[in-house]
Amino acid sequence: MDQHIDIKVKVWRQAGPKAEGHFETYELKHIFQGASFLEMIDILNEQLISEHKDPIAFDHDCREGICGMCSMYVNGHPHGPDSAITTCQLHMRKFKNGETITIEPWRSRAFPVIKDLMVDREAYDKIMQAGGFVSVNTGGIPDANAIPIPKADADEAMDAASCIGCGACAAACKNGSAMLFVSAKVSQLALLPQGKVEAAARAKAMVAKMDELGFGNCTNTGACAAECPKEVSLANIARLNREFLCAKLKD
Amino acid sequence: MWLKDSSIGRKLVMSISGLALVFFLLFHGAMNVALVFSEEAYNWICEFLGANWYALVGTLGLAGLVVLHFVYALYLTVQNRLARGKDRYAVTAKREGVEWESENMLVLGFVVIGFLVLHMANFWFKMQFTEIMHILGAHDFSVSEFAPTDGAGLVKALFTTPIWGQVYCVLYLVWLVALWFHLRHGIWSALHTMGFNNLKWMKRVKCIGTLGATLVVGLFAVVVFYYLGYGIGELCAQAPAVVEAVEVIETVPVVDSVEVVVDTVQTVVL
Repeated sequence: MDQHIDIKVKVWRQAGPKAEGHFETYELKHIFQGASFLEMIDILNEQLISEHKDPIAFDHDCREGICGMCSMYVNGHPHGPDSAITTCQLHMRKFKNGETITIEPWRSRAFPVIKDLMVDREAYDKIMQAGGFVSVNTGGIPDANAIPIPKADADEAMDAASCIGCGACAAACKNGSAMLFVSAKVSQLALLPQGKVEAAARAKAMVAKMDELGFGNCTNTGACAAECPKEVSLANIARLNREFLCAKLKD
Repeated sequence: MWLKDSSIGRKLVMSISGLALVFFLLFHGAMNVALVFSEEAYNWICEFLGANWYALVGTLGLAGLVVLHFVYALYLTVQNRLARGKDRYAVTAKREGVEWESENMLVLGFVVIGFLVLHMANFWFKMQFTEIMHILGAHDFSVSEFAPTDGAGLVKALFTTPIWGQVYCVLYLVWLVALWFHLRHGIWSALHTMGFNNLKWMKRVKCIGTLGATLVVGLFAVVVFYYLGYGIGELCAQAPAVVEAVEVIETVPVVDSVEVVVDTVQTVVL
């Protein structure tokens, strides 16, 4: 049964991109375990505002797990200790009475902190702009079965397309590598006929942009897939490697 | 050059150099196993390889691979540390499905290469290097009581001398454990980086990694365990002599100094 708990929240506070950051600990009383994690932060911010303090800046938008904005590193896990969910889908019942919860922003050179828990994830947009699309207008939805696509391929493309670009993969990776994200974006198109035409050029362009932006080199630890809120598979990384290497060998 | 400038290119260099070294280890391990069956056969292999031109070309190639693998490892690690940014996470949790060895490949690599130096001093220096010196004209160059082609004698002496032999056995086993962990991640990770993986093959490729690591390490470990057992057997054979030595010491009414004990042990046992 959900109860009311008293907790301490240790939050990273950083006034701006250039400012030195530090941890600040706040006490919160009587938090309902049925509340979502972001609602708990809202309550904390109400409390801070009533004390005439600066509220904690954090990204959030849809609050239903599809936009990928809520980037928080909770107790050592991106999107918190639960699996296959985003921070907004995390509930306070995952925490115990008297617990101290540590909340940090994504820490990666390519994701600089804007303020407190808010980071700049434009790097992912830049990678998408480098080739994460089909260049020509493919028209409206074709008739079902007009272009035959094996079910297995369609399923894998769909699973790769479930990536919401939240940045948890690069945040969790000890190498700060964005390979899971890039591989998901390359895979979702490379597996389908419309995207296959540009697969080689896309893989090269997106990997080049990823390297340029300062993401690290993947060492296949699997931390990304373990923390991904959409459970995007590590197998996509093998496909990206294959696409990239084949493209380079053809040059 | 994309093998240096792109992340996947750099990883490809790590993969290929690593896998090539795994194949060398398989070859080396398979030759070592000959020791368990016949010292003569092993010495024949030592003579066959020795410092012939093909063995020297192979050795240079291997040295090149090790250097390449090592330099790229440092390069990649520095880049990866930088990519994490300047602030570290205050809390890092253990993640399900993330193997310990995958996060400690550099440390394991250092352990492997550290023991490699010891191994080269133990064997290569006394075998191929000595032969090279002989070819170069230094005919009386010698760092070992064994001829460069008497590999079996050298191995046996190193691993079965009382106490020191057993210490070496344990050291080499520590090396092999580190190597097992390094290869368990290295082999599957190399195949994954080269693109030989998909959803269906994920478990199989990881299994290939574990089997490969176990095969390589097993081949070497068999020889070490063989000589460890041999050495301990020799020690046990001396045990009655030790008991006798202790009895002799007990008959000495007052032990004046440690030297008396040491002298007694030495005269009785050795």
